[in-house]
Amino acid sequence: MSSNQSNTQNGSEQKGKGSESAQTSLLKKTETITPEFESSIVNQLVTRFTDKIVQVVYVRPGRTKILVPPNQIVQVARFLKDNLEFDHAESVSGTDYPKDNQIEVIYHLSSYSDEKLSSHVLALSTRVDRNDARLPTLIDVFKSTEYHERETFEMLGVYFEGHPRNERFLLPEDWADIPPLRKEFRIKGR
Amino acid sequence: MENLDQKFNETIKMGLEIVKETEEDRLMTLSVGPQHPGSGHFRFTIKVDGDYVVYCDPDPGYVHRGEEKMCEYRNFIQNIPHLERPVIHDSTNITYSYSLAVEELANIQVPIRGQYIRALASELNRQVYTLYWLGIYGIFLGHSTMFMWPVGDRELFIDLLEALTGARVTHAFNIPGGVRNDMPEGFKDRCLSQVAYFEKRLDEYEDIFYNNPLFRQRTEGVGILTKEDAIKLGVTGSVLRASGIPFDVRKAEPYDIYNEVDFKVQYMKTCDSFARSMVPFLDMRESCQIIRQLLDKMPQSGEVRAKLQPNPKGPVGESYKRVESGRGALGYYIVSDGTPKPYRVKLSVGSFRNILALPHLLIGSKLADMPSIYWSLNYWPVEADR
Repeated sequence: MSSNQSNTQNGSEQKGKGSESAQTSLLKKTETITPEFESSIVNQLVTRFTDKIVQVVYVRPGRTKILVPPNQIVQVARFLKDNLEFDHAESVSGTDYPKDNQIEVIYHLSSYSDEKLSSHVLALSTRVDRNDARLPTLIDVFKSTEYHERETFEMLGVYFEGHPRNERFLLPEDWADIPPLRKEFRIKGR
Repeated sequence: MENLDQKFNETIKMGLEIVKETEEDRLMTLSVGPQHPGSGHFRFTIKVDGDYVVYCDPDPGYVHRGEEKMCEYRNFIQNIPHLERPVIHDSTNITYSYSLAVEELANIQVPIRGQYIRALASELNRQVYTLYWLGIYGIFLGHSTMFMWPVGDRELFIDLLEALTGARVTHAFNIPGGVRNDMPEGFKDRCLSQVAYFEKRLDEYEDIFYNNPLFRQRTEGVGILTKEDAIKLGVTGSVLRASGIPFDVRKAEPYDIYNEVDFKVQYMKTCDSFARSMVPFLDMRESCQIIRQLLDKMPQSGEVRAKLQPNPKGPVGESYKRVESGRGALGYYIVSDGTPKPYRVKLSVGSFRNILALPHLLIGSKLADMPSIYWSLNYWPVEADR
């Protein structure tokens, strides 16, 4: 359980030094976005799903990241949508970690319907085995993940179970190499 | 009648099969693009039943360059010039969020004048992009004046950016820690007179294009994207604001000095192609106000960039930063493993998010409405492919 709630200072907060007006606006900014607000979101998740399922990776102003096991991701996503007003995915990305023999898939979720959440991006991440990368799709919860998941499928070779089209999207149809964003894929000449 | 029956029996004897026309046979499949001038480097397959589109399948990727993979081979500074390539007409904004993300990773503090200058460059560049988009939108609806005027006026903003950055289109102006160089002498006056001229031109645009009955007929009530659908599909930028959601990253999550600037988020509630073409236009007007305020509030002197190490690197960690570009929220997700090269860079671009709305809007609409719907999505194929 890695619940280190680090209050990493926001980059722009430090930039404001040197100008008085910038510092006053900085105060305004911290009033509206407090780390307490972010921690309240993750606390709700942890109380609902216990800390064995939802691991908090970090809580920063405006940004939170949680790690959940693949078999629980749909339930957590549904809870985020129904109870916490996260209504769309901004991006779905994957990172390859050959050392751990894992691929991390990250959904960056945000909200248009709740004004308080509009400055907030929650990273919902999960890790799958590299050799058998399979995940349940979140398309039924967040329709906006449809093309992003297709892209993750072709770029990292993560198969999304239940996705209507695990097919090529950006790569050529006759692409016959390994998924290019895996670390063992090398650009020619480099 | 007997003759017909006889013919029918003969046909069966000959072993030929008589196939009844099915529902599928009535449909015609059309491939739009990638060479089609009306789609850019983007292909989508549509099926039409008479005049109406019944199926649409987007097929991007004709200009996929593997930007995200290339980032893993270069260090944080070397990445800047090639990251501009996905959308060269908006090159300042696409490197802006990259700089913000790297600054957060490596904990770099930007001098206040540097923040103002890059916000100014970002506003000027958004004008350049929107004018180019407006020109293309005009020509594909058959309004050739609306191609000539914005492309001509865009040249004036390009001249301003050339004076500021040294390059016409691909500036490589933003770097983590600030901007490459300070404003030239007399830039403020030049910029102000250009903006004053441009605001007059915007009134003329409105008269000749937006108040044109033909243009309104082709766009009003066409391609309705309701508020609920816009949220569900996760669209962004002008497409989102045209559906009645006043979301702008500059307001929702002010970066740099945007919380010092007073402006309104422009949005419309009619949800149609007209609203989607009008919102960027209203944004241009608002942007003129922002440019004035930035020039006014800017500190008169000072550093414009933080001093960096020769090969900046951050600790192990990750950051996700976004800015408002010409096509909506543009985010960078960067993972660092502590080396001078990023471990993973992911671009979350507005164009890629907005394609999802294309099948949603095209299915059920008339084929003739295709250009007005497609271009109203503010879609830039190269950016979507990355």
